[in-house]
Amino acid sequence: MVIAGVGGQGILSIAAALGSAALDNDLYMKQAETHGMSQRGGDVQSFMRISDKPIYSDLIPKGGADIILSVEPMEALRYLPYLKKGGYVVTNSTPFINITDYPEQEKLEATIKALPNYVLIDADRIAKEEVGSARAFNFVMLGAASPFIDVPFEYLEEGIRKIFARKGEEVVDMNIKALHAGRKFSQENR
Amino acid sequence: MQKSLLLGVEAIAQGAIDGGMSGVYAYPGTPSTEITEYIQHSKQAKELNIHSDWAANEKTAMESALGMSYAGKRAMVCMKHVGLNVAADCFMNAAITGANGGMLIVVADDPSMHSSQNEQDSRVYGKFAMMPVLEPSNQQEAYDMARFGFELSEAFEIPVLMRITTRLAHSRAGVARSAEVMVQNELKLPEDKVQFVLLPAIARKRYKKLLSNQEKFEAASEDSAYNAYTDAADKSMGIIACGLGYNYLMENYPDGDCPYPVVKISQYPIPRTMIKKITGECSKVLVLEEGYPVIEEILKGYLEKEAVIGRLDGTLSRDGELTPDMVGRALGFKIEESLEIPDIVAARPPALCVGCSHIDVYKALNEVIAEYGEGRVFADIGCYTLGALPPFNAINSCVDMGASITMAKGAADAGLIPSVAVIGDSTFTHSGMTGLLDAVNEKTPITVIISDNESISMTGGQKSSAKGKLESICEGLGVEKEHIHVLLPVPKKHDEIKEIFRKEFEYKGVSVIIPRRVCVQKNVRDQKIKKASMAKAAKA
Repeated sequence: MVIAGVGGQGILSIAAALGSAALDNDLYMKQAETHGMSQRGGDVQSFMRISDKPIYSDLIPKGGADIILSVEPMEALRYLPYLKKGGYVVTNSTPFINITDYPEQEKLEATIKALPNYVLIDADRIAKEEVGSARAFNFVMLGAASPFIDVPFEYLEEGIRKIFARKGEEVVDMNIKALHAGRKFSQENR
Repeated sequence: MQKSLLLGVEAIAQGAIDGGMSGVYAYPGTPSTEITEYIQHSKQAKELNIHSDWAANEKTAMESALGMSYAGKRAMVCMKHVGLNVAADCFMNAAITGANGGMLIVVADDPSMHSSQNEQDSRVYGKFAMMPVLEPSNQQEAYDMARFGFELSEAFEIPVLMRITTRLAHSRAGVARSAEVMVQNELKLPEDKVQFVLLPAIARKRYKKLLSNQEKFEAASEDSAYNAYTDAADKSMGIIACGLGYNYLMENYPDGDCPYPVVKISQYPIPRTMIKKITGECSKVLVLEEGYPVIEEILKGYLEKEAVIGRLDGTLSRDGELTPDMVGRALGFKIEESLEIPDIVAARPPALCVGCSHIDVYKALNEVIAEYGEGRVFADIGCYTLGALPPFNAINSCVDMGASITMAKGAADAGLIPSVAVIGDSTFTHSGMTGLLDAVNEKTPITVIISDNESISMTGGQKSSAKGKLESICEGLGVEKEHIHVLLPVPKKHDEIKEIFRKEFEYKGVSVIIPRRVCVQKNVRDQKIKKASMAKAAKA
């Protein structure tokens, strides 16, 4: 799975929850991420691989990703060469515009909607209005991708519980609520 | 056993802590920074009293590590690949002095230049210094090899180089930790009192020892658990896979059924017997290396033997990091057609953060430079290097740490007056001070702008050695007090900043202007920490 976004959007918390879920359930996992210069508002991605067999490469081969999960719509398209035939693109619809030549919203949506398998979700709105915290949009996104992730849903809940345990029950509950809200949207709109 | 989820760099850090290390020395640099940060945040390391403060640069770091090794304790020094250029003086000579306590030199290379100026391969440095080199292929090996590296270093009384690359550094996997944590060494001076005294007469003896030890290093590589020869039936090709190259090979045979013989290499010098066997038995050899074609070049040689393929003949790309697809193609697999990136996807280059102090510096600088003509701004390594990109297009050079000041000096010597240097606070104390001294000694007409955001920001806001010291350092180096200005880079001071730039550009000597405002990212983090500690105090 390719997790995509813009530096500063916090895609690594998604990867951390998934990684913890995989490891606690004796699955193999590798997760490569972007550090350094690109974190300053550049495009960032994390390659997340989970398997019941040993994994060799930290990088995903082209055409090897089951899912592209993007917290930003244009960034979802940047990684299409990695998408497997029949794979899903799950993307947030709220753009992050920090460049002058950002594509027109309509064209962008049309391109996404022309893909064979996609979920286009306004995770920012759902996080704010349904979950009650704008910051939870990352886990709305993980929830939206969850129907396509071949890992039991409870594992993802456990993963969130584990990585946010230190921050208290309130934060844990909010992010799990976000996970459910995203999943519900995806099940109804896939 | 429960595994820990660790980045490659974190695995090295934990391995070194569990391996009886007494101190880590480093200057931040992507992709090596988190080794030291992990140790700084480790409760275990704190309890064990392991040294982990940042050094002013990679050379001071390596020398300190060598000093700790002299005193009999295990020391690690970490840097990015170009940092090894800074530390090279110490590095080359440390191979001659040898080590007393185990010394591990961890260098993180950045092929494809994700965050760097070049993609030099540190294995070449290892060979240059004739030091054993370790190149882990995964996170577990990274963990295990930290301890192994100390043992190897003490067994052969020589520092050991561990070379990693970006993808291992910044990729996470489950790592099984050793049940036993090694106790740190006691203070113990070298038995040979002159081991570390490199006077020519002594250095010659030490060098002969290094040369005669090469055989032992090679024997260790032959016996190493990290090198392996795996036989297979199809001898039409043999494969030599180094470090991460091994993963990309096996990725193409997920059931482990590679039909060709394979030599996996993670310890150098090259295990000669294995290489002789595979080159002798197979009709041709494919060499997979993450970085330069180091082994390939040795095998192919000046005579360009055709039976060796890899990066030099175009089977693999000559530059950039390896990928599973690139290796797959080299193995003759057809890569499945996948979707292309739609044309509407725009490039999203990194940019200075909203509210960054460097923005205010560049806005003012650009307007004043326009009055003199472009092409006279020499910059340096840091966030402010992004001033090279639109909308600023403000700088004309970025070469190495500290080069802004000395390049401005050379250009001024050539007659480009005024010449301006833009350097960050930490880069200045890393390698800018000596260049400023050169300029002061010759009263060269340059203006040095130390854009001070009170942290090492590009790598994540580490503590800057320059904090609170810049004016006194400059004064101490001989810059005249009336030509040192500290100012606040904010939009409403725009005209005032321009005025100071203009005035000092006209001065026919060395001026230092210090726009000082804390990094916006660091400020956010500091506020969070402050809030958390206040909440904790209130609770108590």
